[in-house]
Amino acid sequence: MKRRVEIRNHQREIYYFRLRLALSIGFVLLLMAVLLGRFVYLQVMRQSHFTTMAENNRISVLPIVPNRGLLLDRNGIVLARNYSGYTLEITPSKVDDLDKTIDELAKLVNIQPRDRKRFKKLLSDSHDFESLPIRSRLRDEEVARFAAQSFRFPGVDIKARLFREYPLRDATSHLIGYVGRINDRDLDQLDKKDLLANYRGSDYIGKAGIEQSYEQELHGTTGLEQVEVDAGGRAVRVLSRTPPVSGDTLKLTLDAKLQEIAERAFGHYRGALVALDPNNGEVLAFVSKPGYDPNLFIDGIDTDSWNALNNSPDTPLLNRVLQGQYPPGSTIKPFLALAALHYGTRTAAYTINDPGYFTLPGSSHHYRDWKDGGHGKVDLFKAIQQSCDTYFYSLANDMGIDKMHDYLTQFGFGRKTGIDLAGERSGLIPSQAWKEKRYHQQWYPGDTVSAGIGQGYVLVTPLQMAFAVATLANNGVGYRPHLIREIEHSGGESNPVPLQPPVDLHLNPQDVALVKSAMKAVTKPGGTAVSANYGTPYDIAGKTGTAQVVGIKQGEKYDAKELSERNRDHAWFIAFAPADKPKLAVAVLVENGGHGGSTAAPIARKVFDYYLLGKVPAKMQDEIKVRVTGDESD
Amino acid sequence: MISKLWKRFVLYLDPVLLAGLGLLVLTSLIVLYSASDGNWSRVLAQALNIAVAFVALWLVANMPLHYLLRSAVPLYVLGMVLLLAVALFGEISHGARRWLNLGVATVQPSELMKIAVPLMMAWYFEKHEAALTLKNYFIATLLLLLPVGLIARQPDLGTAVLIGASGFYVLFLAGLSWRVMLATFVAGVAGAPFIWKYLLHDYQKHRIMMLLDPTQDALGKGYHTIQGMIAVGSGGLLGKGYLNGTQTHLDFLPERTTDFIFAVYSEEFGLLGNLILIGLYLFVIGRGFIITGNASTYFTRLMAGSITLTFFTYAFVNMGMVSGILPVVGVPLPLISYGGTSMLTLALGFGMLMSIYTHKQLVKT
Repeated sequence: MKRRVEIRNHQREIYYFRLRLALSIGFVLLLMAVLLGRFVYLQVMRQSHFTTMAENNRISVLPIVPNRGLLLDRNGIVLARNYSGYTLEITPSKVDDLDKTIDELAKLVNIQPRDRKRFKKLLSDSHDFESLPIRSRLRDEEVARFAAQSFRFPGVDIKARLFREYPLRDATSHLIGYVGRINDRDLDQLDKKDLLANYRGSDYIGKAGIEQSYEQELHGTTGLEQVEVDAGGRAVRVLSRTPPVSGDTLKLTLDAKLQEIAERAFGHYRGALVALDPNNGEVLAFVSKPGYDPNLFIDGIDTDSWNALNNSPDTPLLNRVLQGQYPPGSTIKPFLALAALHYGTRTAAYTINDPGYFTLPGSSHHYRDWKDGGHGKVDLFKAIQQSCDTYFYSLANDMGIDKMHDYLTQFGFGRKTGIDLAGERSGLIPSQAWKEKRYHQQWYPGDTVSAGIGQGYVLVTPLQMAFAVATLANNGVGYRPHLIREIEHSGGESNPVPLQPPVDLHLNPQDVALVKSAMKAVTKPGGTAVSANYGTPYDIAGKTGTAQVVGIKQGEKYDAKELSERNRDHAWFIAFAPADKPKLAVAVLVENGGHGGSTAAPIARKVFDYYLLGKVPAKMQDEIKVRVTGDESD
Repeated sequence: MISKLWKRFVLYLDPVLLAGLGLLVLTSLIVLYSASDGNWSRVLAQALNIAVAFVALWLVANMPLHYLLRSAVPLYVLGMVLLLAVALFGEISHGARRWLNLGVATVQPSELMKIAVPLMMAWYFEKHEAALTLKNYFIATLLLLLPVGLIARQPDLGTAVLIGASGFYVLFLAGLSWRVMLATFVAGVAGAPFIWKYLLHDYQKHRIMMLLDPTQDALGKGYHTIQGMIAVGSGGLLGKGYLNGTQTHLDFLPERTTDFIFAVYSEEFGLLGNLILIGLYLFVIGRGFIITGNASTYFTRLMAGSITLTFFTYAFVNMGMVSGILPVVGVPLPLISYGGTSMLTLALGFGMLMSIYTHKQLVKT
């Protein structure tokens, strides 16, 4: 009985299964029929339509490239703009004899050997079917002359395009960066971010500086036009059009005129300068000397100019603000003084007797002070004011490297500041663990002693130095350095960039007051940078520094005259002003500038004079290009 | 001696099915030569893919059925572990987290699940065959939805939909009641506006809209569809002739050796070619249904049916996508598109079909 039930169930099951299988077959046949119907529709009923489309395919969907957003300084001065112009472009795959074509073109349009070289380089970096510019910024009569003869040049076209231009050239090169033609690597990157569609039709992309880090905001959204075209490739009518959305205009924190004054203040020196508003972290000046003309890069740089820039001993392509790593020299002292007060290694009243050198217990090696015969009786205040090395040798030796490391790291040394630019380097604050890991060597007391005056392994970037001095100026409350104040969307709506919450180091106000007063004394008689503050109606608090480029042997003396220029010391000056209510914090580095007080401090002075008093140095009056509304124009 | 070896070699193969598959992969090589602009190394690489796939097919076909049954749980568990690992540590490429870097190679566990999920569900139904209740269907559905959910989150909507379909076929063939299917469908339709309004982020809505209306993204994926339709349509009745497709050889067709290879075929061989290709697919599918109908156990019936219907789904979704009636999801044309992974997955499925067919026969005789 029971068995029969089971068998019946089994048979029923098979029956149901077969039923469902039959339904599945029906489902398959039905959908295949739908597919066939679709094929008949496409390939028979609409065949001629699609054949036409296939023949004129290239122009069926045209992207409309959006205008790139502008870059303005905080007062509305244009730092990067677009202008429309004509280019003469060649599509290599459509041209039989490239050289002959260019020779013929040169009879109509001015083509320099430099243009040819640039074109050759572009050609080797691009695909044959791309349209590549041989000349940009054609004059009207050149356009007219070519237009009359254009039938002779298949594969050569005149195109109206928007070009990027950087009016301040070298002065802002390392900050603004530049756009360049999109290459295969850029395409890969865009593909990974799923942005390729938005770059259909775009020729340029940000390659460096703000142009690179704010690419997404600046580029805008590509529009498109579906057009029907005739056999000759000319658009007959527009079927539909989605307008492009222009990129955002970025209002920078930079003060362009301050930037230009700072840049010129360097004269022929190489170096870097960063000016920050300590109250909010806005970057007001960002100078890396020497710069380069970013306009050269836009349509591909020619080989000669590239080699000149790339092989120059002055390394103009190096962004010294972000990537230059230098020993801080004595500019590290105010921060070590704060560390010593914090850890109780030193008190304000503690004094040493400086004979002009320091020796480690049980060693005869002399760590020399910069001043022969020493500074005599020295307390913390005097040690900063006169930059007494001996005081800081012994301070460092008593504190130990690991405490120094921990404290300096808090001030942002040894790590990236997080500024909104790519390529920042983190400098180096050594520790016992670091040396063990990096060199598999133990830490020697002598390493600590040289770290005490910012030499040895210690490396900082000018940006870190500026951030640290701004944080000190603001009593230990540090704002992340940033470059953009406001983002203006193409619709006209404008959004201020919200301020990131600052980091408060919770410094002891008495310690800060002591160090600040000593820094104020640096620019007063008896200090190391007296000239910097001579005759100003405001007070500058600062610290000079000298970073050794070559080691000086025991028993020898540093003599600038005997060293070749590139082996001379780097000069530092860090400062903020007005000393009691700081509005601006500055870090200046002058490569091979010798002493900080004599080469770096005067540059900072010019920056403060303009920012606080609106004073432009007399010598620069005629050279400065930036004009702010309100400047008298004669 | 040699004939003996030969006999052993072909013992568990189904010559009818094999003939159909052989014609399809031959077509693949021919089209690929054109799609890659006469690139022999591409063709050779695909031939190698086919050879590897055939070895896998032979091995699986020679496996007795209880091996298949026994491998269901471990394969499924392995697949789930890998999927979870992908969700946690997977590598991101093209905006999706699908790959797992094992040091020696990167793997895409969702491929494994294409086989493991229906296998697991069929195993589960076999185990509870004696007394199937609604609860069993519910648990089987869970076994399906867990991996599908993980894959959809990667996000890989195409694969999720295909695995979902393969699992649904198992449920359907296992006799899921019409009332439940109808109720689920109605609930889905009714609940959609609610999900749309409250549960989806804006970017997810945007992505779904894009999927439904490719012209919104006429420069991105919509561009693919438009170019694919132009290629198919301009092929006409007889096609433009082998190696003469303008869409193909003037670079207009994107992904033309992989997902859009059907456009290449269709442009060069026309409606007639399409008829032949659909005929080939129907031949293979029909053979699959015959094997399904004759399968001796519940497990093998479900498995054979699901494999066959899934194969159909792949072909239909790809051709539908290229000809513009389905949204663009990344599904290759089975046995034709260039690529080793999908070839291998398909070979495993067909190996099982052959094993189901030939081992059952042996039991009978």
